Amino acid sequence: MAHEHPPLHHAERGKRATRILAIQRLLIDKGVITADEVDDIIERARERTPADGAKVVARAWVDDAYRARLLSDARGAVGELGYRLSHDAELAVVENTADVHHVVVCTLCSCYPTSLLGPPPDWYKSFAYRQRAVVEPRAVLREFGLEVADGVRVTVVDSTADVRYLVLPRRPSGTQGMGEDALADLVTRDSMIGVAQARPPKP
Amino acid sequence: MPAVHDRGGLPCDEPIDRAEHEWADWEHVTNALVGVLRRHGLINVDELRRGIEAMAPAEYESVSYYERWSASIETLLVEKGILSQAEIDAVAATLAARWG
Repeated sequence: MAHEHPPLHHAERGKRATRILAIQRLLIDKGVITADEVDDIIERARERTPADGAKVVARAWVDDAYRARLLSDARGAVGELGYRLSHDAELAVVENTADVHHVVVCTLCSCYPTSLLGPPPDWYKSFAYRQRAVVEPRAVLREFGLEVADGVRVTVVDSTADVRYLVLPRRPSGTQGMGEDALADLVTRDSMIGVAQARPPKP
Repeated sequence: MPAVHDRGGLPCDEPIDRAEHEWADWEHVTNALVGVLRRHGLINVDELRRGIEAMAPAEYESVSYYERWSASIETLLVEKGILSQAEIDAVAATLAARWG
């Protein structure tokens, strides 16, 4: 589809770092925003880490009713644990099983459940991952050290600005009787994107 | 031809580079400005996306992730008349001169 506007040649207008700081200065000087608001968001962004998503996963591992709610109404279920999602986008949780392995990509941009995982890793935003994940997911997963058995279906879910995905990884074997906190330690960021399994427990 | 942001399935034989970079201050600011401007109802995520997707393809492909966000923020603020291109250019020039 043709764009209605001529292309915008921002790169010719000088370094981006300088320009965004100029924009920040102007917005503050004009009273559109305050410096405190910027600092507040920077601080809140730093507080969000994959540990939040890991708690959700651990709860789903120990509580079947919670897992069912998480899969059918992710917003409500994470809300039970105190996590508030932005209203711009829905969250969907996809469950890995013995038969199907899910992996998440955003081919169009970088949509990601930031509220539960913090900012996405650089590779998630890279052209190589966005381009390859949908055509050769098994090869991509192999690069991450994950070999998915032939009998297991690989399903790639493509995020959009409207729906973000979180993978519910399989609970590792040998974790019977472990508490939620210990289980959450096994849940890595990559396992919730689907490029890894959850960690096995320490022997 | 798909638009430049529509990357899914484009040929690529490069391995996935898993190195992480530490965010520079301006990247934190860029990320936060989107949050603050959203909080004020001045921009939304779809607009941010449209501003990114409207970039010239060669620029989209050559700049970094937050440079794309930053470019879109500038486009949107100027479009909406919240800031003018001239004042952004002027302050950026002053900062560039000071910082070298």
